[in-house]
Amino acid sequence: MSQLHVQATAEEVREKARAIRRRNVEIIRAAGLGHIGGDLSAADILATLYFAVLNVDPEHPDDPERDRYIQSKGHASGVLYTTLAAAGFIPDSLLDTYMADGSALNGHPDRNKVPGVETNTGPLGHGLPVAVGTAIAAKLDHSPRRTFVLVGDGELQEGSNWEAIMAAGHRGLDNLVAIVDRNGLQQGARTEATNALDPLDAKFAAFGWAVRTVDGHDVEALLAAFRAVPFERGRPTCVIAKTTKGQGVSFIEDRVEWHHKVPSAEQTEQALEELS
Amino acid sequence: MSERYDCREAFQRTLVDLATRDERIVAVVNDSVGSSKLGAFEQAFPDRLINVGIAEQNMVGVGAGLANGGRIPFVSGAAPFLTGRALEQIKADVAYSNTNVKLCGQSPGMAYGELGPTHHSIEDLAWLRAIANLPVIVPVDPIETEAVIRWAAATEGPVFIRIGRVPVPNVNEPGYTFALGRATTLRDGADIAIIACGTMVERALEAATFLAARGVEARVLNMPTVRPLDREAVVRAAVETGAIVTVEEHTIHGGLGGAIAEVVATEAPVPMRLMGVPGVFAPTGSALALFRRFGLTAAGIAESALLLRRAAA
Ligand SMILES: Cc1ncc(C[n+]2csc(CCOP(=O)(O)OP(=O)(O)O)c2C)c(N)n1
Ligand SMILES: [Mg+2]
Repeated sequence: MSQLHVQATAEEVREKARAIRRRNVEIIRAAGLGHIGGDLSAADILATLYFAVLNVDPEHPDDPERDRYIQSKGHASGVLYTTLAAAGFIPDSLLDTYMADGSALNGHPDRNKVPGVETNTGPLGHGLPVAVGTAIAAKLDHSPRRTFVLVGDGELQEGSNWEAIMAAGHRGLDNLVAIVDRNGLQQGARTEATNALDPLDAKFAAFGWAVRTVDGHDVEALLAAFRAVPFERGRPTCVIAKTTKGQGVSFIEDRVEWHHKVPSAEQTEQALEELS
Repeated sequence: MSERYDCREAFQRTLVDLATRDERIVAVVNDSVGSSKLGAFEQAFPDRLINVGIAEQNMVGVGAGLANGGRIPFVSGAAPFLTGRALEQIKADVAYSNTNVKLCGQSPGMAYGELGPTHHSIEDLAWLRAIANLPVIVPVDPIETEAVIRWAAATEGPVFIRIGRVPVPNVNEPGYTFALGRATTLRDGADIAIIACGTMVERALEAATFLAARGVEARVLNMPTVRPLDREAVVRAAVETGAIVTVEEHTIHGGLGGAIAEVVATEAPVPMRLMGVPGVFAPTGSALALFRRFGLTAAGIAESALLLRRAAA
């Protein structure tokens, strides 16, 4: 199968991420709904994966040998859809229907409606167990295909994740990569003020994972990390991506109230300006 | 009855008032202070707002433990996650263990319409109605929400309360008192009965007005307690009107309509129509658009009633 844009340079990925963020802000403004903070937080991660890492093909989204990208933080559907459009999985015009009555673009992704979506997420804590399953399936097939799963940091408070993390460590799933969008914020407050996660790297390590912490907005650093997986043979990989919720828009960055606020017309203009 | 309200406001106001008088009252949440409207509670009683983070199973277990310690926990989170994620904790730790836990499912039904089926809570009544020792209550308006929250705080034992976000008018009068397992007749009539709960009650009342203009006098019952059901009111409606339409913001499988059909089939068989979501995952869309799609409007209910009468005749 053909590999999608695997040759994209860091500069090209950065350009894609900028375009994704702009479109993402536009569709949230148009829908009057969305999770803008968590979308912008993850844009560099998705752009890096889709344009320089994942072995996926928009012409054959069901290719059994594709890499699997599972977005467990389903509320960030805006960044997933805009990235899937940028990568050619869905037409850009479909983005204009985001969350409209009867649209294929639900507030949380539906694999039966959107090519490229692997599993329906939205309730937090579901992606990692499914990712463990796709990784085991690849092992059973002796296939080199890999699974990348993106989880929110607040999301890691769900116990189901830790059952999956334990199982992946136990089975030494070195074809599995969990990326934590470590923006330090959840819906209503900071993660560390709500139910602290740190030391998160030590927790993953204790469950048998090979862990690296990177700047989640530094495309070179993300590329270097993703190209180095598995970090250790026989161990699942964890990339803790240090991010800023709302990255790229000054008045949204690191503000808990922007978990799911919608920008006004003027704010949208300013956001698009800052993202140009 | 034109003004509409989000029942979560009545919930939070009542809870703050109760907590001021009774220090046993605590709130347990899953990063849901905002979605449960508990900001004022948190301000007033920071130590009595226990936010366990995004962890519903733990939240319900913690609630049971707090009840064991003599507290009265109101465990509150978005209805789909509270009920779906923590179902076994609800069964084992709350209902079976018979702990004094008040489960408050916020924004149920299709309130989160645009967010898609993961966030639609249209199975909760069926799931919970199957569990023994767990009253299941759907307050219809702010007046009933307040009455139910007060009743729950004063009554020892488990309960699930479904607290709506889709704005509704007050259909009850101030001074209304809630009694578990009791329906209220909001409009009398002998030609057909429409039995509804929650957001569907105002639509049922409006449908009855349409029907009256067509010469059909519909009885409209508000059935806030889905379990234990007011069997007597159901049997009376069956015997006295000869046909029953049920309406709920829920799947038609196993919810209010199912509960009523169980009684009708065994005690007073008459033709019925069950209105709700017809056994599918709803598409994405606003709550009101989804109501229209499934005929959950005054016109849709009236039409269903006329069809049922024709079929029954
Ligand atoms: C099981 C479950 N409980 C609660 C929610 C409501 N919810 C949606 S997003 C969110 C916060 C997520 O925080 P985090 O994982 O840190 O995501 P990010 O900061 O990247 O947006 C919550 C509580 C949910 N979607 N699923
Ligand atoms: Mg976060």
